[in-house]
Amino acid sequence: MNLITSTIGQGLLWGILALGLYLSFRILNFPDMTVEGTFPFGAAVCVSAIVHGVNPWLATLLSFGAGMITGAVTGLLYTKGKIPVLLAGILTMTGVYSVNLRILGKANVGLLNNKTLLNMGLLQNLPTNFPTIFLGLAFAICIVFLLALFLNTDLGQAFIATGDNENMSRSLGINTDNMKILGLMVSNGLIGLAGGLLAQNGGYADVNMGIGTMVIGLAAIIIGEVVYGNLSLTARLVAVVVGSILYRLVLLLVLQLGFSTNDFKLISSIILAICMMLPLFQEKFHIRKLIKKGVERP
Amino acid sequence: MSKLELKHITTTVNAGTSEEKQILKDINLTLNDGDFVTLLGTNGAGKSTLLNVINGSLFPTNGEILLDGKNLTNLSEVKRAKYISQVFQDPKMGTAPRMTVAENFLLATKRGQRRGLKLRGLDKHLEMFSRETSQLPNGLNQRLNTFVGALSGGQRQTLSFLMATINRPNLLLLDEHTAALDPNTSRELLELTDKVVREQKLTCVMITHQLKDALKYGNRTVILKDGQVVLDVSGDKRKKMSEDDILQFFAN
Repeated sequence: MNLITSTIGQGLLWGILALGLYLSFRILNFPDMTVEGTFPFGAAVCVSAIVHGVNPWLATLLSFGAGMITGAVTGLLYTKGKIPVLLAGILTMTGVYSVNLRILGKANVGLLNNKTLLNMGLLQNLPTNFPTIFLGLAFAICIVFLLALFLNTDLGQAFIATGDNENMSRSLGINTDNMKILGLMVSNGLIGLAGGLLAQNGGYADVNMGIGTMVIGLAAIIIGEVVYGNLSLTARLVAVVVGSILYRLVLLLVLQLGFSTNDFKLISSIILAICMMLPLFQEKFHIRKLIKKGVERP
Repeated sequence: MSKLELKHITTTVNAGTSEEKQILKDINLTLNDGDFVTLLGTNGAGKSTLLNVINGSLFPTNGEILLDGKNLTNLSEVKRAKYISQVFQDPKMGTAPRMTVAENFLLATKRGQRRGLKLRGLDKHLEMFSRETSQLPNGLNQRLNTFVGALSGGQRQTLSFLMATINRPNLLLLDEHTAALDPNTSRELLELTDKVVREQKLTCVMITHQLKDALKYGNRTVILKDGQVVLDVSGDKRKKMSEDDILQFFAN
């Protein structure tokens, strides 16, 4: 039971990262590698602030701001610097690694007994793992609500249109460069926030904690899509969070099968690869079914 | 009354290299208010380049562009969208496939306007969209909530055209907008184009490769050859011209 509640809590927090990634990967339609630098950046800023006595709420907010900065850097390199987006993300990700080391002073900093969002106020009275679930749920609900609201504004629609058809968007007077920068900033802001929250949950920040986060986020998005199929935009955001929880449960299952945590990255990649190939399998499957039906009918 | 003025427009590509080439050579063209110009020319004559210079996706090497007396020469494509709308040749280029027909319309109603954090208000516009599409033969009004990616090429292009004209543009640019469609659909869209341009008294430039259409539609025909205007005709003189007369301007 403890394992399951812990998994759900983790899934919710990782869901925030997946929501951020959804903006760049699904709406703007490009792979943003900045993620792997933004996530530890958010964590480093948050942990370092808390260790220096900053209020955990403010520290969490700072992790969001930190993410927005890396997003802005990638966005500017991409739009104004005309660097291909994949490379722009990798440049930011690599550069921010050194920044993280500077902020933390060493590779790994623990929170020790400092106050975090998870052990202050009412949350500390909850049973084990429930503070994480409660906090994750609260953040996930707020973010899904705000994102859904934003995507339904004129600006949000222009943002969606930019990812959908850049040419058309420009011809309709949408400044697509600004939309991409804005999208990357919000996206990475959420990823930084996820980094801050997960660092508080785990009790430490590590410069290497970003490795593989891209795959985790994408897995959540794809699992959500595979499980729920066609949905409205708002429902799809919820599906991303649910996908994140499902993904964590699959990992838990794998762990129960006797694999070690060292195998996680390999397993993550395999799960994502399978999920991404599922539509292909389904198509083949359907075609077979159709042929069968065709033969059976008189 | 002059609407659009192109003064000494020159565009050079690959300047400073051995590949240097002038696409447009000192083009001077003035469109009057309400002119519906059909633009002809062989491939590589510079028709699309001229349209790109007007819409701002390409800046001329030399020359000035004025619309309603306002100098647009240094304005970006995004800024010019307030005044100029266009329909591309490829139906996929003018619409957003993962958004619904109504959402595409809504984007177009705000062409060139500031887009802020106000809720989009899709429901308020649905009636208008439904009215705008009701007389069309292709059933677009039944598909307002369909994702555009699921529409046929003809429906998508009709949608692109309606999006370009839903807010009256000061200038409408059509870049072979019916070339990718089957003959019937192409005919329907050309008729719709003609009707809307007349009703709204739009100033319009339409590129076409169909000589018949070039003479049938509009009030003026311009032929480009090697980056220069070789024919600019309207009125009675144009009415007397046959397709063979036009064809002579294509010969070397």
